[in-house]
This record gives sequence, C-alpha cells and structure tokens, in this order.
Amino acid sequence: MSSLTMSGVSVSYGRREVVHDFTCTVGPGEWVCLIGPNGAGKSSILRAIAGLAKHTGEIGVEGSPLRLRTSRRQAQLIAYVRQSPTLPSDMSAFDYVLLGRNPYVSYFGAETANDRDLVGRVLERLDMATFADRLLGTLSGGEQQRLVIARALAQEAPILLLDEPTSALDIGHQQQALELVDSLRREHGLTVVSAMHDLTLAGLYADRLALLHEGHLVVAGTAAQVLRAETLAEFYGVSVTVHNQDDGTVVVVPRRTASS
Amino acid sequence: MDGRGRRPRGHWWLPLAVLILIGAFVLGASIGPAGRITGANWHLIWTVRMPRVVLAALVGAMLSVAGASYQGAFGNPLADPYLLGVAAGSGLGATIVFVVGRASTSGWLIDPLPLASFVGGLVAVFITYLIGSAFGPTRSSLTLVLAGVAITSLASAIQTFVLYRNSEVIREVYSWILGRLSTASWRDVRLVTPYIVASCIVLLLHRRHLDILRVGDEEAASLGMRVGRVRLIVVVAATLGTAAAVSVSGLIGFVGIVVPHAVRMMAGASYRRLLPLTILFGAAFLILTDIPGRVLTHGSETPIGVVTAFFGAPFFIVVLMRRRLGNEASQ
Repeated sequence: MSSLTMSGVSVSYGRREVVHDFTCTVGPGEWVCLIGPNGAGKSSILRAIAGLAKHTGEIGVEGSPLRLRTSRRQAQLIAYVRQSPTLPSDMSAFDYVLLGRNPYVSYFGAETANDRDLVGRVLERLDMATFADRLLGTLSGGEQQRLVIARALAQEAPILLLDEPTSALDIGHQQQALELVDSLRREHGLTVVSAMHDLTLAGLYADRLALLHEGHLVVAGTAAQVLRAETLAEFYGVSVTVHNQDDGTVVVVPRRTASS
Repeated sequence: MDGRGRRPRGHWWLPLAVLILIGAFVLGASIGPAGRITGANWHLIWTVRMPRVVLAALVGAMLSVAGASYQGAFGNPLADPYLLGVAAGSGLGATIVFVVGRASTSGWLIDPLPLASFVGGLVAVFITYLIGSAFGPTRSSLTLVLAGVAITSLASAIQTFVLYRNSEVIREVYSWILGRLSTASWRDVRLVTPYIVASCIVLLLHRRHLDILRVGDEEAASLGMRVGRVRLIVVVAATLGTAAAVSVSGLIGFVGIVVPHAVRMMAGASYRRLLPLTILFGAAFLILTDIPGRVLTHGSETPIGVVTAFFGAPFFIVVLMRRRLGNEASQ
C-alpha cells in the first residue's frame, strides 16, 4: 500500500494554467474521487500524477518525489486508465494485457514466462480467461473496459488512476466495473484516484470526494460533506435534490428547472 | 491456467516464409535472358544475375520492414517510405551527388551516394512529420500522408530544377529513379549491405516497442516507455536503410505498403511477428516482381518500379477501402 501526496501542483497547457496549487493527500488503500464540472481540471490532475502533463509542485509516492524516478519506475508505481483508451481492434486480449508488464521488461528484453503467467492469472481473476485469444475489436464495451482494468492490474502498481472509467458504459456495466475496482482495491490494497461525472456513483464508491472548480480545489471530504445541494448549485450551476439515505448513501437527483 | 500455452498461433509462418524466400531465390537465379544455369554461362549468371537477385532481396526486405516500422512509429497504416517523402528526399540527395559528379567521388573511401540519400530522406521524413503533426493530430492518417505528398512534390520539383540546369546527367538520373536493379553488381551489394543489415537489426530490436505504441503515445508513456526517443530511433534506422536501398535501386514504390499489409492479413498485426516476416516476404516479393521485368519485354527492360506500382497501386486502394469499411463497422 502506498500513499500519494500532491502539494502545490499546478498544471499548464501552454500559457493557460488549468490547475492551480492543488494540494491533497491520498492515504494508503484510500479511494479519492475528483469531481467537478467539465474543464475543472480533474483529468489534468490525473495526467500530472501519471507523468503525462507538465506541472510544477511536488507529487510524491510514500513521501519520495516521483520526478526523481525513471519513467519505468514511475510506471511500476502508478497505473493510469485513460478516459477513452485506444484499443487496437486487431490486437489480442492477451497481448493487450501483456502491455501492462512493460515497466518490468528491460529495453531490449522480452516478457518472461512469469509475466505471461501473471497475465493469465489476471485474466482469470477478472473471469476473462476465455477471452485471451479474442481480438479487441470483437469485444463488447463492458468486456473492453474490464480488459483495460486488467492491463492496469498487470502493471502491479500500488496506485491506480482512473479517468472516467465508466462514462461509456450502461448502468449495469458501470456498477460491475466499479465493484470490480473496489474489490481489487481491497484485495491488493490499491490506492485509487478517479475522476467521475456521476456524483451518486462517486459518493457510493469513494472514501472521499474532492470538488474542483476552474482548477481550484473547492472542498474535500466525505460524500455527505461535499454533495450538498447548495454547493452543487454554486459550482455546477444546477438545481438538484440531495437525498441522504439511512445507510449513508448520498443520492443526487437533478430537478427540472424549465417552467411548465 | 498456464499462460505459456497461449503463445499466438502461427509459429509455422516463419519457416514458411523462409521456404518461400529460398524458392524465390532459386526462381530468380534460374530465369533470365541468358537462360537456365549451365556450366557454360555460370560466369555470366554469377556476375550479372546473382547480384541482381541478392540486391532485389536486400532492397525488398528493407523497403518492407521500413514501411512496417514507419506504420508503427507514426501509428499510421498508410505510412510508407514512398508516401512519407523519404524516397523522394533520398532521390534528391542522390541526384545532387550525380550532378556534383559521380566520377569525382569514385576514389573516396566511403561512397557519398548512400549518405547523401540518407540525409535527403531524413530531412524529408522530419519535415513531413512536423507538418503532419502541426496541422492535425499525429494519428490522423490523412494529414501525414498529405504532408508526405506535398514534400514528395517539393523534392521532385527541386530535383527537376536541378536536372534542368544539369541536363547532361538526366539520362543517368532517370534510369536510376526508375529502379536500376538491372545494372546491379556485387559492388552495389557490398555498398548497401552494412546499412541494411544494421537498420534491420535496430528495427527488429524495437518490435516490442512498436507493439506498445499501438495504444497511442500517451498510454505508451504511462506504461513507462520513452515515446519520443523510441520513435526517433525507429524513424532514423528505417530512413537509413531506406536511403541505402534507394541509393542503389532507385525509387521503388508500394513495397512498403503491400508487403506489411499482406503479412498483417495473413499472420496478424503484432509487430513481433510482423517485422521478421516482412523482411523475409519483402525479399521474396521483390525478387519475384523483378522477374517479369527481365523477361516480358525483349531488348529493353521494364523498370522494377513500374512492376511494383502495377501490383501495388490496386492493393493500396484495397487497403484504403478495407480501412473505411472497418471504421464504419466500429462506429
């Protein structure tokens, strides 16, 4: 289990700064979900942690700064699942998951039998052993999403970044994918940082939520603390009803505002 | 379950490719104006026909593996030494050597012809890539190919201009442009072999990296790959080999598209298998396509570039149509 600390992280694309001075600590085995309207900087923060976006400030794993590590070592610590991953339609599922082993293979080396065995076990864990030889183009959206998670899992990184992992899925597959992440998190002690649009689902699965607005961290805390009608009205500009259920679930329901 | 049992099917493709290559060699060596191999014409066959077959194999292997590597490095199925402007740039570089005077360089330790075409090809591919990624996403096939077309036209225009001012070398240069495998000698083979072998080794060492690049730059980077460095190494290696090939064989189009795509259709798209197979099949392909040029027209030869274009252009159209259908199906 590894903790992830971000202190004073700012991300810029060209001259435009999209994340300002973001500070947040994610404890070992914790799931923190970034929420906020489009353009709030959720993806940029994940990309900065994954080493894909230029940033200032410090990002550290277990207290030691990431930028001091080689890109291979960073990939051993952090697995990143992009919002709409590229899935080459003529690549086999097994080969796709095997890509996750790259951080452990030397430059001119090849994957070992151990790497292949591990990929076999990961596929089995996700009930996808029979899919190994299938080409990605022949799989359904839900199966593809599971494979993407399998690839991240094959990376054996203690920290998992998920950018909108369920945006392309129907409600059943959304739940399946998030349940999967949650159970893997418990099995392997993964630290998870995700960006999600569905506030109810975010509150349901994450330990803590961090609400971003125009690159600034507005408020962080539990679902009950963050998902409040007045907060959401202010930063999303929406009118919602928030139901706090007895089991602690926070349900966010949009209200019709058009005058009838 | 044992992951080792899952090694992709098709181990038999490699031996098959080797057999086809050997067959092509035998066929290439035994067909020609001088007839079958006999004791009497052995010397002729050895000094005229054999170097031509070996050179065709080297050039075919190089153009094919370069095509496959460009396709992987740029994430673009239409990339090819010809379409990216590499061939035209190399041609321009070589033309300048011809104009400056081929004779005056004969005493040099290193023949400047491959080096000049290397520089020309490298400049062309980098300009193509810069334009292609400046005016659209890098992975857009169309922008890159259009940039390649523009650079090819520009290089050809400069070449025409240079030739116009130096009309005494026109004949020499044009017979070179159209592919001059016909005048191949063992000297040509010795000239290009080191470049082509070095290039092929470097490309083969990067076949795993090309597989990772198939998921795109950003995801490859998140998997710990230094994308820019790998792309640079692959492109420079492919261009070096292409330039060496072009400097002795002239511009032979479509090989870099036809062979990799045919291998993909047969043996799958993984670069681990694709690169070794394109080397073998590419060598066999060019040996075989060189044969009609030798026997079809009596007296004058049909340049090999004409033969490959004759087969390659329709194939290219098929690839385009398949891609369009494939895209529509996935939406």
